[in-house]
Amino acid sequence: MFPTSTAKAGPRPAGTGSGPGSGPASGSGPGTGPDGGPAAVPRLRRAWRKASPYAYIAPFFTLFLAFGLFPLLYTAFVSLYRVELQTSGEMEWRGIGNYTALFTDEYFWISLRNTFTIGVLSTVPQLAMALGLAHLLNYKLRGRTFIRTAVLLPYATSVAAATLVFAQLFGRDFGLINYVIGLIGLDPVDWQTGTVASQIAVSTIVIWRWTGYNALIYLAGMQSIPHELYEAAGIDGASRWRQFIHVTLPGLRPTIVFTVIISTIGATQLFGEPLLFEGSISGGISHQYQTLGLYMYEQGWGFFHLGRAAAIAWVMFVLIVVLVGVNALIARRRARKEAGR
Amino acid sequence: MTALAPPPTAPEKPRPPRERPGRRLRLRKGGGAGRTMTGGWIAYLVLGFALLISAFPFYWTIVAASRSNADLAQVPPSLLPGPNLMKNFEAVLEEADIGKALLNSLIVSGAITVGTVLSCTLAGFAFAKLKFRGRSALLTLTIGTMMIPPQLGVIPLFMLIAELQWVNQLQAVILPGLVSAFGVFFMRQYLIQSLPDELIEAARVDGASTARIFWSIVIPIARPGMAVLGMLTFMTAWNDFFWPVIALSSQEPTVQVALRQLGGGYVNDQSVIMAGTLLGTLPVLLVFGLLGRQIVGGIMQGAVKG
Repeated sequence: MFPTSTAKAGPRPAGTGSGPGSGPASGSGPGTGPDGGPAAVPRLRRAWRKASPYAYIAPFFTLFLAFGLFPLLYTAFVSLYRVELQTSGEMEWRGIGNYTALFTDEYFWISLRNTFTIGVLSTVPQLAMALGLAHLLNYKLRGRTFIRTAVLLPYATSVAAATLVFAQLFGRDFGLINYVIGLIGLDPVDWQTGTVASQIAVSTIVIWRWTGYNALIYLAGMQSIPHELYEAAGIDGASRWRQFIHVTLPGLRPTIVFTVIISTIGATQLFGEPLLFEGSISGGISHQYQTLGLYMYEQGWGFFHLGRAAAIAWVMFVLIVVLVGVNALIARRRARKEAGR
Repeated sequence: MTALAPPPTAPEKPRPPRERPGRRLRLRKGGGAGRTMTGGWIAYLVLGFALLISAFPFYWTIVAASRSNADLAQVPPSLLPGPNLMKNFEAVLEEADIGKALLNSLIVSGAITVGTVLSCTLAGFAFAKLKFRGRSALLTLTIGTMMIPPQLGVIPLFMLIAELQWVNQLQAVILPGLVSAFGVFFMRQYLIQSLPDELIEAARVDGASTARIFWSIVIPIARPGMAVLGMLTFMTAWNDFFWPVIALSSQEPTVQVALRQLGGGYVNDQSVIMAGTLLGTLPVLLVFGLLGRQIVGGIMQGAVKG
C-alpha cells in the first residue's frame, strides 16, 4: 500500500544531493553507523541526514521556547520587580518585596485557605465517585459505549458554560436546588454568601465536570489488571467486595496516584469557577471563595500589579511541587510497605 | 477512520513495548476486561442516576434558554422548554455580539487544532523514530513541563504579547495555543506503537529521504492518532478560558470571553445568559456527539486536562 518501492523517483528537499542511498550508511542510525565507505554518500547528504531530525522538532520547539519555556522561567525574574500592567516595559527592582507584601496581605491567606478547602471538597468526592463509576462501567452492560460517552458529557462543556448554568441552579431565591431542598422541608441555603455553602457550590461544579473523565481513566487502569488475579481470588473464595479491595485497588494504585496528582494540580489553579460563580473578581463579598488563581488575576489584571501576580504564580508553583512531592512520597511508602508484607 | 482503537498506554509505563500495534489488546478488549461479570439492576440504576446528573444541566440550559425571565422567577420552576428560544438567541446576538465571538472561537480553535496536530506529529515522529543528539534530554524537558500550571507563565507571556502589541488580537491566543507538550508525547507514543521500524528501514534502503518517508509512510499510519489528538485539541481550545480572558476583551472575544461578559453583570437577564451558554456549548457538543467514541478512546489512553 505504501509506495516504498517507488520512493526513488520521489522529490527530495533541496540539499539532499542526488542518487539513492547506497552503501551501509543507510541503516537506522545514519549518524552513528560506522562510516566504512563514505565516498558512496555525498557529504552534503550525510550532513542533512544528521541535521534533519532537528528540522522536524523545530516548529514545535520554536513555539515551545517562545511561548512555553521562556515565560515559565521568566516569571521568577518578574516576581522580583515592580511591574505595573499599564507600563509593563518598565521594571523596578524590588527584591523579595512582592513576597513580603503578599505574606502580610490577609486576602492572600484567605485565598490560600480557600484553595485548600475547595480542593479537598472537590477532589475527594470526585475521585471516590469516579472509582465507583469506573467499577460499574467495567461490568458487561447493554449500551456500554453509550454510557461511557454520556458519562464524559460534562467534560465537553467549558468552565464558563458550566459555571453559568450552576450559578443559576444554585440561585438563592429561584434556584432549582433550593427548590428541591425546600421540597424535602429544609430551609433555603444562601449559596453565594455563606462561606461553606459557596465553597460547596463551587466544588460541585468541579465535581460535575471532572468525575466522568476520572472514571474513564480508572476504567482504563482496571482493564489492564490481569484477568487471572480475579480468577485466583474467586477460587480462594473472595467476595466481589474483597476482590475490589484486594485486587482492583492495588492494581489501580499507579492510576490513582496519577489522578490524585492531576486533580491536585487542577485544584491549585482553580480560576474560572470562582470568577464566574457570581461574576465578581474578589470571589464573593468577603472573599469567601476566592482561590489563589483568582487572587492572582485580581492582583494582576484588577489592580495592575503584574510583579505581585508573578509572585503569587511562583507561590502556586511551589505549592504544587510540595503537594505532588508529598503525594509521591506517600504512594512510594505505601508501595514499599505492601511489598515488605 | 476504521481502526480507531489505539493501544492504551498505562500512564506509569517506563518503556513502551516494541511490538505490533494492538494485537494483545484486542484480545483483552473482547473479554470486557477484569471480570466478565454482567451488571445487575443496581448497576443500571446507579449508572442511570449518574447519566441523569450528567445530562440535567444541559437540559436545564435548553429549558432556561427557551423561557422568559419572568418564567424563571416563578417558584415552582417550570421544567419544560418554553417558546422563547429564538427571541433569546436574538437578544444574545444583539447584546453580546455572540456571532462574532462564535466566529472568533472557530478561527482560534481551528488554527490551534491544525497547527498543533502538524507540529506535534512532526516532533512526535522525530522523538519516536529518529536518532539525534540531545533527543532524550529534549523529550524530558518537554514532558517535564506538562506538570507545570499555565498560570506560572502567564505574566511574562502577557508582557510578551503586550510588547508585540498583540493584546486583543486573535494571534495572541492562537500562537501560545500551539504549544502542546502533551501532543508531542501523545504522537510519540502512538508512532512508537503503530509504526514498525522495518517499514522505515525498507524505505531507507529504497532511497527515500526522511521527508519522503514522513509524507508517504508516517502520515498515513499516524492519521487515526492525529484525528484523536485533533478532536481533543479542538475541545480544549474551544473551552479554554483563562488565557483568552486575559489576552482578549469585549472587542474581540472568543465565545468563552463573551460568556464571561454575559455572566459578569452587564446582562441581568437569566434566560439570555442561558441562551448564550447554549450557543457557546452547541458546537463542541456537536463534535462530541459525532465523535464521542473516539474521544472516550483518546481519554482512556492518556490524559488531557484542559
